[in-house]
Amino acid sequence: MRDLDAGFAALADPTRRAILARLASGEATVMELAKPFAMSQPAVSRHIKVLEDAGLVVRRAEGTRRHLSIAPQAIDDLDRWLISLRDTLARNYQRLDQLLATMDDEGKEET
Amino acid sequence: MSRLTLKTEGDTHVVVTRRFAALPKAVFRAHTEAGLMQKWMLGPEGWTMPVCISEPKPGGKIRCEWTDGKGGDFHLTGEYIAVEPYSRTVHVERMFLPDPTPDNHVETRFQAEGDGTLLTMRMTLPNADARAMMLSTGMEEGMEASYARMEEMMGSGQLAA
Repeated sequence: MRDLDAGFAALADPTRRAILARLASGEATVMELAKPFAMSQPAVSRHIKVLEDAGLVVRRAEGTRRHLSIAPQAIDDLDRWLISLRDTLARNYQRLDQLLATMDDEGKEET
Repeated sequence: MSRLTLKTEGDTHVVVTRRFAALPKAVFRAHTEAGLMQKWMLGPEGWTMPVCISEPKPGGKIRCEWTDGKGGDFHLTGEYIAVEPYSRTVHVERMFLPDPTPDNHVETRFQAEGDGTLLTMRMTLPNADARAMMLSTGMEEGMEASYARMEEMMGSGQLAA
């Protein structure tokens, strides 16, 4: 069974989304990625590790430097479809929560 | 209590679960009665479902038509295969975008859990061509907007809610 939760958990953090947004415009080193953030390089490295573990980011070593980039297959066709399905369902179910709140146990709408 | 989970099973199935703060009867009716379905099965913001037919009995018809009010529209047809009030339905559906997607076989279970309901929906994954078609048409034309909304929702914790 494949689980998208790691990917979603990785995306649920604004710093990690910002890192991905930066990498979307091209590969970067850890130091370059850390620059815009008001946090230590080890802290940024931990965020990068989460993104790597989720398969969203890959690294390439060049001497002592590590270049990071978005995994080419990070968001493939299946994931895009599943994300859009999840998005649609999440919205629909929020509306359903509201509708159910107006219904009694029999499923009739209360006036 | 109401977190949505979505997992793939093998190469051909998706299993969705969601908890609701209402008894199975109410959740079941909201999924099978046209007048109720029209109130929430709407997808992205701005879409409505002006036409909805649902005959929850074996062989009964399903037809839903959506529009964004700006010329965008698509519809879905289907048939119920099994209906066990208020615990389970099995139906097939296909979307017309306008070409039909392959039949999607969906089993939906409504299980009492405490004061609420655990919904489990097991559906068949469309093949790659069908997904590409669904992603490139109508409802999904604003993928970027979808991602932005997903981020908003993640930011505000709604996706986990």
